Amino acid sequence: MRRRPWAIGFVIFLGLVLSGGGYAAATNVVQSEVSSADQVAEGRKLFLANCASCHGSNGEGAIGGPSLIGVGAASVDFQVGTGRMPGQASGPQLYKKPVQFTEEQIAAMAAYVASLAPGPAIPDAEYLRTTGDDIDLTHGSELFRINCAMCHNAVGAGGALTEGKFAPALGGVTEKHIYEAMVTGPQNMPVFNDANLTPEDKRDIIAYLKWVEENDSVGGYELASIGPVAEGLFVWIFGLGFIIAITVWLGAKAN
Amino acid sequence: MSTSTEQKPTTFIGGAANYLDERLSLGGVLKNFGRKVFPDHWSFMLGEVAMYSFVVLLISGTFLTFFYQPSMAAVHYEGSYAPLKGAEMSIAYASSLDISFDIRGGLLMRQVHHWAALLFVAAAGLHMLRVFFTGAFRKPRELNWLVGFFLFLAAMGGGFTGYSLPDDLLSGNGLRIIDGMLKAIPFIGPSISSGLFGGEFPGDEVVARLYSLHIMIIPALIIVLLAVHLMMVIIHKHTHYSGPGKSDENVVGFPLMPVYVAKAGGFFFLVFGVLMAISATFTINPIWNYGPYDPSPVSAGTQPDWYIGWLDGALRLAPSNLDVYVLGIVLPMGVLLPLVISLLFLAIVAVYPFVEKWVTGDDREHHVLDRPRNAPTRTGLGAAGVMFYAVLWAGASTDLIATNFQMSLNHVLTSMQILLIIGPVIAYWVTKRACLALQRKDREIALHGRETGRVVRLPHGEYIEVHEPVDKYELWKLVDFKDYQPTLARPNAQGKITLSSKIRAALSSFYFEDRIAPVSKAEYELAHADHSPAPAVEKPKRAPKALAGKK
Amino acid sequence: MSEIEKTYPAGLATNIQKPISDPGIEPHRVRMTDKSEKAARGAEQQIAVMFGISIVGAFIAIWGFVAFPINSLADTRNGALWMGIGMALSLLGIGFGAVHWAKTLMPDHEVSEARHQARTPDEARAQAIAIIKTADAESGFTRRKLIRRSLYGALAVFPIPALVIFGDLGPQVGDTLKHTIWKKGVRLVRDSHEGGTPIKASEVTLGSVFHVVPENLKDIEDHGEKLNQKAKAAVLLVRVEPSELKEDPAKASWSYDGIVAYSKICTHVGCPVALYEQHTHHLLCPCHQSTFDLADHCKVIFGPAARPLPQLAIEVDAEGYLVAQGDFTEPVGPSFWDIRQS
Repeated sequence: MRRRPWAIGFVIFLGLVLSGGGYAAATNVVQSEVSSADQVAEGRKLFLANCASCHGSNGEGAIGGPSLIGVGAASVDFQVGTGRMPGQASGPQLYKKPVQFTEEQIAAMAAYVASLAPGPAIPDAEYLRTTGDDIDLTHGSELFRINCAMCHNAVGAGGALTEGKFAPALGGVTEKHIYEAMVTGPQNMPVFNDANLTPEDKRDIIAYLKWVEENDSVGGYELASIGPVAEGLFVWIFGLGFIIAITVWLGAKAN
Repeated sequence: MSTSTEQKPTTFIGGAANYLDERLSLGGVLKNFGRKVFPDHWSFMLGEVAMYSFVVLLISGTFLTFFYQPSMAAVHYEGSYAPLKGAEMSIAYASSLDISFDIRGGLLMRQVHHWAALLFVAAAGLHMLRVFFTGAFRKPRELNWLVGFFLFLAAMGGGFTGYSLPDDLLSGNGLRIIDGMLKAIPFIGPSISSGLFGGEFPGDEVVARLYSLHIMIIPALIIVLLAVHLMMVIIHKHTHYSGPGKSDENVVGFPLMPVYVAKAGGFFFLVFGVLMAISATFTINPIWNYGPYDPSPVSAGTQPDWYIGWLDGALRLAPSNLDVYVLGIVLPMGVLLPLVISLLFLAIVAVYPFVEKWVTGDDREHHVLDRPRNAPTRTGLGAAGVMFYAVLWAGASTDLIATNFQMSLNHVLTSMQILLIIGPVIAYWVTKRACLALQRKDREIALHGRETGRVVRLPHGEYIEVHEPVDKYELWKLVDFKDYQPTLARPNAQGKITLSSKIRAALSSFYFEDRIAPVSKAEYELAHADHSPAPAVEKPKRAPKALAGKK
Repeated sequence: MSEIEKTYPAGLATNIQKPISDPGIEPHRVRMTDKSEKAARGAEQQIAVMFGISIVGAFIAIWGFVAFPINSLADTRNGALWMGIGMALSLLGIGFGAVHWAKTLMPDHEVSEARHQARTPDEARAQAIAIIKTADAESGFTRRKLIRRSLYGALAVFPIPALVIFGDLGPQVGDTLKHTIWKKGVRLVRDSHEGGTPIKASEVTLGSVFHVVPENLKDIEDHGEKLNQKAKAAVLLVRVEPSELKEDPAKASWSYDGIVAYSKICTHVGCPVALYEQHTHHLLCPCHQSTFDLADHCKVIFGPAARPLPQLAIEVDAEGYLVAQGDFTEPVGPSFWDIRQS
């Protein structure tokens, strides 16, 4: 038998992959099965380190943060998952910031807060589905216009509220976060509980938003969907501007 | 009976021309107008931009009338835009969606039509500003100013009736606002609203009525007014800027044929082409996003088209709680005040030429335009007017300013309320001072020439900067402008000083107290007494490239 | 000059003597295409290229129409894009070509044309006046007062029927502005085109906002009439912490355990007031930013509105659904002159 030096390397490599991968898979399985007890404890540790100074050591609320008792896992998943929490210096409203925790950490904190009192849960994937025969885009667009467009704009481009607050633009927001915002009513956004907008209603609304996001306007560039103000500015600055440049050329003497 | 001595035409064009001339006296028209002289300046083309935009509106609008249906009857949408499939809407909205999605060329024509409408009013407005700031509204053109004023209003009306036709959520809320404004008018308001909408809002009638206004009455009005507007330009001939060889007794420029036929004719294609290029690449009025009109939903960022913006801004800037209860009736001053102020502003714009004429008492014809700096008070007043309009216009987008610049909506609005009052005053003062400063600079240049940056030391030790005198053409431009002085109130034939005379004297002082007179012959000769005996050196500003041998 | 030019008064104009007299039109500056045959030919070719681009553009536009029969949104987009680009090229090509032709090859010598005063010369004016005088004498217009005055009367009055005939543009207003279809016992239902479902008080949790219409709205068959009534009857249903709700004792029974219902039609000029801020209880109208305090009878706290939003008195029926106690007690929507008269 001929000796092949690379064969030893290959065997070592294979061994590492199998043992490491196997360990990771085994521990993964172990981790996901353990969930509640460990997760809640992990979540409490993270909570005490990052949230308790404003929200109280038991989530009961303190100067700087409201009570989190009853806000549910959905609130935590939304607020921390979009980077709004941990909150920055006080102002009229929280802004989206870079997310500071991993998925596991967010899940843990969510589990902890959910353990304080019943509240809205993280939505089932069934209601985050945007394709399928049972999705009613028309119903979703109609509900969006009646319940959401007045703050977020007819295609989710965002809008102003009083005193420096605003309804953010919805482009690029995940289906899960949209659902959670509806069901928890973050900051001054009203609560749309499942009796007001059923989970199917919410799913249709999300499907509509994603459809708008994925389908470019048939008319061309949308000028940020701002509406007549953007169109007016465009016609004055670029339309008239370019035409005036043409008139100056037209009236100038040729070389 | 004339014996014809000319030969029979041999070419097709000759034959055709002969045929027409024997029936229409076209030869005379060609003789009188063929070599008509038009001055050439880019700022004279703004009115053309408006006119050509209007032609584009007529062309694209005609296409749309073949597909749009102005009915408010309900129907369920069966077209290809998925998020509205099966939705209940008016036939007007459904036909507008069909034009946008399911008829080839439909979306392009709709977009061309709407972009052209925005450009039409913008160009007309800018043209009006050019006419104002150059004093082109002076005798004999005061009446043409009024015609132009009504053209501008008709253009706004055409735009408003037009964008309300698709019966979408955005324009429907605009109609709702009109309904609310009409209702605020004392005694007759609710009846006017009922007359417009055929009963309660929104009713079944208004879209069809606006359609009739939009495709027939307003275009007819615009065409008639435009014809009168152009006829007056032909009768008066176009104005020209002051310059060598140009006076109130002549018009200097290029002949209609062939230069203007090519330039102005070509310009139509250029305006149309620019509009077409914009319409192919930029979405305008995406009615599919707004949805069909319903009195319950509303979209954030609800603004009218830009030219109605100043009226929307006026409504937003009104203070709270202004309902006045007097003699048993309610006067909603929160609505009536913006309405009255807007009408007052329009009235001032319309009558300005007559006021200025009364103050100056100058009854001569004026065909040479003013440089804005040479009419400082008029230019300052114009700047104040523009500032007033601009603050109202910006007032319509308070919520967008707040979101995009991360400010408080309430602060933005309060700031604009303050700016509306003090802005025009500041604009007037700053502009007038700037004009006077520019006039002083012009005097300096006329008297002493331009600074060359070369510093020379004279034998007796003095340092001077060498100035290059301006040539006679440049000098003429700097000294050829009208100058007025204020007057005192004078007693009339009966020896009484009337109120009208006092007001006129006060206004003349307001206009002309601070003024820079043009350089006079005496001043000029004094300034040049120690430099050279002859008037400005005949030195052209550029070395001519090829003088010899041409012609 | 054969005409007599009238000298008009110059008013307040000064008469300062200018340093020089008008030097006349500046000498013509020669263009490249004037002095070089080669440059002129170059310009000619450039113009021909522009016209050529125009021709190509027209064909692109035709292709854009034919090549994209509509089967999807992409076809609509591409059709519009290519027809538009094609037409734009076709138009701009002609435009740039024509203007470039005028600028480079047509003569650019400025010429002067004499103006004439707008005022008709005296002799012609005299003739015009004579014609008017003749017409007057022959018709007797000035002399015959009876004819003239009765004519003025007829002309003044004849247009009036033309205005009156438009009387049926709309019905009498009556008291339509002062009543809505809300009645005692009418349930509050969700605003939805499918015909909304009634709402239980328990479903209106703290911080919720429901967009509501009366349940008898769906009974209106005529689509137009349905919208007319919705434009007055739309209501916003909100639950507020009872301790935060300031209530006029006379209206204490109008709410239910912190659940309040207010008209959604702005009292400024009628847009839907729908932006509800859960914690501040501000209700903002997006059209002109009128702001109402929902915890304090929706009184106006900012913006141009002048009347608080009317409140709809609500109660709960036997099955727990929210119902109206009756119509609004004041007119909804924008103010009008006799709004305070019943």
